Amino acid sequence: MTEVLALRNITRRFGPLLANDDITLTLEQGEILALLGENGAGKTTLMNILFGHYAADSGTVEVFGQPLPPGRPRAAIDAGVGMVHQHFTLAGNLSVLDNVMLGTEPLWRPASHRRAGRARLLALADRFGLPVDPDARVGRLSVGERQRVEILKALYRDARILILDEPTAVLARPEAQKLFETLRGMTEAGLSLIFISHKLTEVMAASDRVAVLRAGRLVAERRTADTSAGELAELMVGRRVTRPRRAPQTPGAPVLVAEGVRLEQDGQTRLHDLSLEVRAGEILAIVGVSGNGQSALGALLTGQTAPAAGRLVLGGRDMTGARVRDFTAAGMGRIPEDRHAEGVVGDLPVWENAVLERLRQTRFSRFGFVRRAAARAHARDLIARFDIRGATPETPTRQLSGGNMQKLILGRTLASGPRFILANQPTRGLDEGAIAAVHADLLAARARGAAILLITEELEEAVALADRLRAIVGGRLSRELGAEDADPRTLGLMMAGVWDTRGAPDAA
Amino acid sequence: MRLERRAHVPLVLVATAPLAAIAVALMLAAGLIAAAGVNPLTAYAEMARAAFGSRGGITELLTRATPLMLTGLAAAVAFRARLWNIGAEGQFFLGALTVAWAGHFLLPGVLGGPMGMAALMVMGMVAGAALLAGPAYLRMRFGVDEVVTTLLLNFVAILFVGLMIEGPLRDPLAFGWPQSVPIDPDYRLPRLVERTRLHAGLLVAIAAAAVVWLVLSRTVFGTEARALGHNATAAGFAGVRLTRTILGVACLSGGLAGLAGAIEVMGVTRAVTTTMSPGFGYAGIVVAMLAALHPAGVVAAAIFVAAVFVGADGMSRATGVPSFIADVIVALSLLTMLVALVFTSHRIRR
Repeated sequence: MTEVLALRNITRRFGPLLANDDITLTLEQGEILALLGENGAGKTTLMNILFGHYAADSGTVEVFGQPLPPGRPRAAIDAGVGMVHQHFTLAGNLSVLDNVMLGTEPLWRPASHRRAGRARLLALADRFGLPVDPDARVGRLSVGERQRVEILKALYRDARILILDEPTAVLARPEAQKLFETLRGMTEAGLSLIFISHKLTEVMAASDRVAVLRAGRLVAERRTADTSAGELAELMVGRRVTRPRRAPQTPGAPVLVAEGVRLEQDGQTRLHDLSLEVRAGEILAIVGVSGNGQSALGALLTGQTAPAAGRLVLGGRDMTGARVRDFTAAGMGRIPEDRHAEGVVGDLPVWENAVLERLRQTRFSRFGFVRRAAARAHARDLIARFDIRGATPETPTRQLSGGNMQKLILGRTLASGPRFILANQPTRGLDEGAIAAVHADLLAARARGAAILLITEELEEAVALADRLRAIVGGRLSRELGAEDADPRTLGLMMAGVWDTRGAPDAA
Repeated sequence: MRLERRAHVPLVLVATAPLAAIAVALMLAAGLIAAAGVNPLTAYAEMARAAFGSRGGITELLTRATPLMLTGLAAAVAFRARLWNIGAEGQFFLGALTVAWAGHFLLPGVLGGPMGMAALMVMGMVAGAALLAGPAYLRMRFGVDEVVTTLLLNFVAILFVGLMIEGPLRDPLAFGWPQSVPIDPDYRLPRLVERTRLHAGLLVAIAAAAVVWLVLSRTVFGTEARALGHNATAAGFAGVRLTRTILGVACLSGGLAGLAGAIEVMGVTRAVTTTMSPGFGYAGIVVAMLAALHPAGVVAAAIFVAAVFVGADGMSRATGVPSFIADVIVALSLLTMLVALVFTSHRIRR
C-alpha cells in the first residue's frame, strides 16, 4: 500500500476556538478512511484545509508526495483531490451534463465540447456504477441522484482522492447502503476515499480505518475490523452516551385524527386517502425512504398546505384548512424538517425566534406592540431549561450550532405544553449528545400526555421512541405495526411498500 | 485572500462604514473635479460653504432633505422586508398630483387649515400606497418581479402626470406652462424660518422617521416584516401571513413616498410639474442604503445627499465645475456603501 495523502501537524484557530490541534493523518491507496467526530469536533475544518478552502495556521498537506500550496482549491483539484460537500454545490436550473462540465473548459473556447463531455460522463458513470441522465435538470433530481452528480463532478475532474462530507446526512438508509456499495466499488477501481461522519453504524459498515476527532484533536485511529461501535462512541464523545428508550404507558383518547386526506402540491397528489390517529401519551412513528410524502405530511400537519379532500381534527376541533396561527393556538407543537430554512430566522436574535410563532398572543404583545421584556424573559427561560449553549436572548440565531438551534426550536415548542407535537426529522444532522437530549425531551412530553407524531428516516430512533409505527410509501400509509413487532426485516418490507401479505398497496 | 462572515459585527464598524464610504466616494470624485481643471480641495471647500456656510444654505439644504428623508424611509421599509420598491419616484408624483387635485378642487370650502393639510397628506399617502400595492400583490400572487413593475410604473406615473397637467388639471393662469392648478393657499405648510423655503414638512419627515423606527422595531407587524425579509419560509412556518404582511409593507412604503410628493407640493412648489423632482425617488434608494436601512440613519443620510446637491450648485457657480458632479458623488457613495456593507458583515482572511 502506498500513501496517497498526508496531513502533517495541521493546526487551525478561529479566534479563541482551536478547531484543529496538531493533527497528523494519512490516507493509503484504495482505502476508505472514516473521519468520525461529533458536530464541532473539527472534521469539516480539517477537510476544508486539505481541499484548500481554508489555509492552516501551521502544518502541511501532501498529495502523492507533493506539498499542496495552502488555501488554493484549484491546486487541490489539479492534484487529484475532489470534494463532495454536505450541502451540494449544484445549479438546479442546469442539466446534469452542464453541472459536471461547468468550469472544466477554458472560457475562450468558442464552443463547448459537449459531445466529448457527454461520452466521458457516461463512461465514468458506467465505470463507477453511478447511473445518471446527462440531460436531466438537476433541480428535478432526488437528493440521492444529486449526490451522484456531485461525485461524478469530482471524478470528471480526475479526482483520485475523494472527500465526502457527511454523505449520508441527506440520504435514507437504503440509499445510504447503495452509496457505500458504490464507494467500495470505487476503491477497487483505484480511488482513495475519506468520508466524514458522526454515525457509528455506517462507519463500522463502510470503512477500512477510522480516525476519531474530538474537540479539534485526533484522539484515536483504529482499523475498523479491530474496533467496535461501543469503543468508537466512547472515543468520540469522551464518555458513555445512551439514548433514552420509552417506558410502557397506556395511551389516552385520540388527539389528532386525519380522515381520508388528499393533499396536492404543484399539481401533483402527494398524499392519497391518508387516515391516521394519534392518541394522548403515545408516539406514532412514520418511517420511510425520503421523498415518499413526508414533506407533504409535514406541510399538512403544520398548517402550511390545506388538504384537497378529507378532514383534520385536533382535540375534537375541525382544523381542515385552518391557518398556522389557529394550529399553534389549538395546542399544536411543530418541529420542522429543515431547521435552517423553516425553523428559525437566522438573522434575528434568539428571543425573537423564541416567540415568533406566538407573537400575537397577549402574553407577548399588546395593542400590536411586542412585549419585549416578557419575550426576552421567555427566551432566557428556554435557554436555561433546554440547555441551549452559547446563547443569550440577543445572540443572532444563525450563530448557534445545529444541536442548539434544534434545542431552541424544541424548547419553544414544548414550553407551551402542546397536546400534539409533530416532530419531523427532529434529529437529522445532530450528534449523539444532542440526539439523546432531543429524545429525552420528546419522551418527557409523551409522559406528560402529549400525542406525538414522529416522522423519521432513522429506524433506531423510530423503534426506540415509538409505540406504533407506520411506513409511508408513495404518499400512502401502511398498516400499523406495534413497537414490539418491529424487527428490521418487517420494517424494511414495509418501507419497500410490501405491507400486506395478501398483496401490495392498492393501485393508484 | 477570502471573505469570511463575521460572527459578531461591532457597532463601531456599523457606525463608521457610511462615513468611510462617503470619504472614498469623495476621493474618487476628486479625480473628476481635477480633470475639470479645479483643485478638488477648493471645490469641496466651496461645496461645504454653499451647503453649510450660511443661513440660506442650511435652510435650502434642509428643504431638499425633507422629501429625501421620506423617500429614503420608503425604500428602507420596503427593503427590510425584501420588497424591492424602485418605484418611489412614481409614488412621489402620484402623491403630488393627488394633492394638487384635492387641494384645488376637492377640499377648499370643505376642510380648511390644519385639518385640510392633514387630509391632503393622507390622500397623498393613499395614492402612493395604491401604486405600490398592485406590484406587491402581483409579486405574492403570481411571482411577478416587483423590480420591473415598480420601475416601469415610474414612467407610467410621470406620463400620467404629464397628461393631467396638459389636460384636466392644467393651470389656466400659467401662460401655457405645463403646470397643474395650484393648491389653495390655505394648505401651504407654514415656514419654519422666515424668508426661506424651509417649511414644516421637515418636522413631518422627522416624525415619520420616528414612527417608522417604532413600527419596525417594536410592533408585531414590524417584527413579522423583518422576519419575512430575512427568511420568508421560516416566517411562513411560524404563522406570519406573507401576502398580507407584504401588502402592509407596500402600503407603508408607497405611502411614505406619496407623502414626500404631497409635502413637496404643500411646502415648496404649490403646483405639480413633471420636473418638480430631481430624482427624489431614486435618490431615496441611495439614502436608505447609506443609512443601512435604519430610520435614524435615513435622516442623516438625507441631509448628506441634500448637502451634496445644494453644495454642488454653489460650487458650480464659484468654480465652473458642472453641478452634475453631485449625481456622480451620490451614485459613487451608493457603490462604495455597498462595498462597505460587505466589509462590515465580513472580514478578510488570507
